[in-house]
Amino acid sequence: MSRAYRHDLNGSGLARGSLQLDIDGVGLRFGGVKALRGVGVQVRQGDVHAVIGPNGAGKTSLINCVSGLYRPQDGAIRLHDGELQHELTRARPSRIARWGVARSFQNIELFRHMTVLENLLLGRHVHMRHNVASALAYFGPARRQEIAHRELAEEVIDFLELQAERKREVGTLSYGFQKRVELGRALCMQPAVLLLDEPMAGMNAEEKEDMARYILDVNELAGVTVVLIEHDMGVVMDISHRVTVLDFGRVIADGTPSEVGADPAVIEAYLGEAA
Amino acid sequence: MTGAPGSTFPQLLAGLAGRHPNRVALREKRYGIWQPLTWAEYERRVRRFAHGLASLGFRRGEVIAILGDNRPEWVIAELAAQALGGVSVGLYPDGVVDEVHHVVEHAGVRFIVAEDQEQVDKLIALRAGGRLGTVEHVVFYDPHGLEHYELDVLLEFTAVEELGERLEQERPGWLDREIAQGAPGDTAVLCTTSGTTGKPKLAMLSHANLLSMGTSLMSLDPIERDDEFLSFLPLAWIGEQMIALACALQAGFALSFPESAATMRNDLREIGPRVMFSPPRIWESLVSSVQVRLSDAGRLKRTVFALGYAVGERVADRRLSGRRSGPFLGLAHLLADLTALRPVRNQLGLVRLRRAYTGGAPLGPDVFRFFHAIGVNLKQIYGQTEICGIAVVHRDGDVHFSTVGLPLPGTELRIADGGEIVLSSSAVFSGYYRNEEATAESLRDGWLYTGDAGYLEKDGHLVVIDRAKDVMEAEDGTLFSPAFIENKLKFSQFVQEAVVFGGGERAYVTAMVSIDMETVGTWAEREHLSYTTYTDLAQKPEVYELIGRAVARANADLPEGARVRRFVLLHKQLDADDEELTRTRKVRRRTINERYGSIIEALYSDAEAVTITSVVTYQDGTQVERKISLGIASADDVVRELPRRRQLVGVGSRD
Repeated sequence: MSRAYRHDLNGSGLARGSLQLDIDGVGLRFGGVKALRGVGVQVRQGDVHAVIGPNGAGKTSLINCVSGLYRPQDGAIRLHDGELQHELTRARPSRIARWGVARSFQNIELFRHMTVLENLLLGRHVHMRHNVASALAYFGPARRQEIAHRELAEEVIDFLELQAERKREVGTLSYGFQKRVELGRALCMQPAVLLLDEPMAGMNAEEKEDMARYILDVNELAGVTVVLIEHDMGVVMDISHRVTVLDFGRVIADGTPSEVGADPAVIEAYLGEAA
Repeated sequence: MTGAPGSTFPQLLAGLAGRHPNRVALREKRYGIWQPLTWAEYERRVRRFAHGLASLGFRRGEVIAILGDNRPEWVIAELAAQALGGVSVGLYPDGVVDEVHHVVEHAGVRFIVAEDQEQVDKLIALRAGGRLGTVEHVVFYDPHGLEHYELDVLLEFTAVEELGERLEQERPGWLDREIAQGAPGDTAVLCTTSGTTGKPKLAMLSHANLLSMGTSLMSLDPIERDDEFLSFLPLAWIGEQMIALACALQAGFALSFPESAATMRNDLREIGPRVMFSPPRIWESLVSSVQVRLSDAGRLKRTVFALGYAVGERVADRRLSGRRSGPFLGLAHLLADLTALRPVRNQLGLVRLRRAYTGGAPLGPDVFRFFHAIGVNLKQIYGQTEICGIAVVHRDGDVHFSTVGLPLPGTELRIADGGEIVLSSSAVFSGYYRNEEATAESLRDGWLYTGDAGYLEKDGHLVVIDRAKDVMEAEDGTLFSPAFIENKLKFSQFVQEAVVFGGGERAYVTAMVSIDMETVGTWAEREHLSYTTYTDLAQKPEVYELIGRAVARANADLPEGARVRRFVLLHKQLDADDEELTRTRKVRRRTINERYGSIIEALYSDAEAVTITSVVTYQDGTQVERKISLGIASADDVVRELPRRRQLVGVGSRD
């Protein structure tokens, strides 16, 4: 009868603090343009790990390599999962998603004419096991699974306070809400690692504060590892455990927010030579 | 009336669980689905929680405080405490830390049931300041976010129920004896008075008080066992205690709790309640929502509604003055109801509503007229927390917009010297908790001195003017009530809150108005008026003109001496957190007079603007002072011509 959630949103079995995502010397070229040059980042389970840098520094390219949209020419990306170790650089995006890497996009990528609930249930797709025939009959295991999926989606709705929007078409929602739905869909995957590409871009101060609160809840209450790309330095410094700074496709600093904030190379990259 | 046995709430619950174990008693929307709880399950949880409280040392006569939104756990905690001979006191969930502290300290509370992290954080803030000395147990029922709290007083609701289950096995029959010991004269709840006049007092209401009020009300307006009721107003409020406990436990109808405040409107439509009791602000907001939707609708829909509404209004006028409609009007009304009125009731979720009550504060006659025109049987209730909320009510078919109706059966009413309303009935409270002085003041020889001024009309209907000390006298000798003028102003969808000044040394009447951000914002968008913040919007000359028209319309129905001459648009909304309103959203005049002295002064000078300093406190505690200039307008200058014809809601001009 307790009101506690019955489903664990964290899909990782690793102990908190152990190495989870190991990006090792990744290089990515588009023709002659070197987007990433020997980038190495170690993400530990349970952290909010921010990747920051000026425009064109290669942040989104790096995320795209992790989720399998780009194939880097050099280096390796390893996802630790208990005893197992998955190599992501050669795997298809669908396989990577099944291993527990979920993401949101810089430009919202939702199904605009579907409701919030339907979009969230799509996040359950990687976990759906029944075949078409039994799903059509809505009988036996198919029915039990459907109910369990809906239950989990409803817990995510509760978690992100989307109750009043549950049945609304996503296209009719405000930008801030759409971003929240995108976070919700990623959470429905019960991810091991959550990649968020500028979740607060284009938001006003109040919406940013809300989103920061939800990201912290996802991390602290649900225990999910978050890799966060963000422009807003204030937000990054407030909510991250670790920060990696990219500039021109290279890692120029890596450490705790206070270490990175005091790093002369970072100040230079952000404020220009004069600083 | 079912003639149910039992004379306390827990005894009535046991009776219902015995007679109708499988009927639905409570329903809560969770995870998008209405989850029912039967009377047997309800009783089961009350018994377990009561045993749990007992094993934590809860004593007979002790006070338990409950702090949260309406959920099954709220009423379970109340009934469990009462089963042990205890008393419950409800706290408003949006109350700030100081309000919680006042009640907890005053009542020496050892047990608090708090809903969730938000409420628990308030208690932690109090504890950190050393101001929660008496509290030994904080029981929460929504554990989200509380997983990592390490505090020895914290306990989950279900954990208390588990403790209770163990005790129940050890001592079978014990609780039944405890429940049987309960007497009707025992205090059941402490109810906070709304406190427009200072710190809230705690009125002691016994089981007998509450149940007799329920019996009298339902002898006039029966509520059936199959009726539905949506419980969405704070259970700390006497009005909600009345229907959700006193009436429900006698008639045995089901309560439904909405999913969240944001989904309330939708939940109302899904439940389709048969009975509703809400303060004026709810009815006012329903009217505004219709007005807003209509102004966004196409020409055809607006015309159909205007025609239908005109018919509805005529039929309502005839019905309320005791005349029947002729065959032609009857047919027109049938058509109007089908095409225009019923769809609006349906949109609002009021289509199954048999009776609706408004109470707690006066409701403007225009809002009243609107609901009767669309076919909602809205009736005024007059009462106070001290008399369990109801003493006087309109009878079906005998509703006058300016009166509050006739006394309930068993209620005696007289007008004392000076026009004060004095009441007596079996629902009159036994006194304020630990406050002899205040008790002696309002309770004399068994009569309740309400502090409200009023008079009786020839047909016996009571008219309430206002709080006796708020009634004002204009320069020409006209007696008027500021609340009446404020309600006139608030009928405009653009006015959120209004405070009227005048009387005494003040030569004329003035008003301070805070605009409704949502409706004025929508209007501004449509007029291609750009604005940044609330303050900026409120100070636009166009908005002054808009509100000026609302003021002029209110003035048209007022006697000369009571007309609003000058008004100011406030830079912020009045807020209960700033102690400008009570938690039931009544204006605190004393605070307003103190805080906005310079604005009031300017209203009575020739100044066209007043500069005030507003202090903004950010969440991190830093404070910034801002100087804001507020314009003061004269009601005649803003509007050059008064609209002659009566305004049809949402039709014609867009204000």
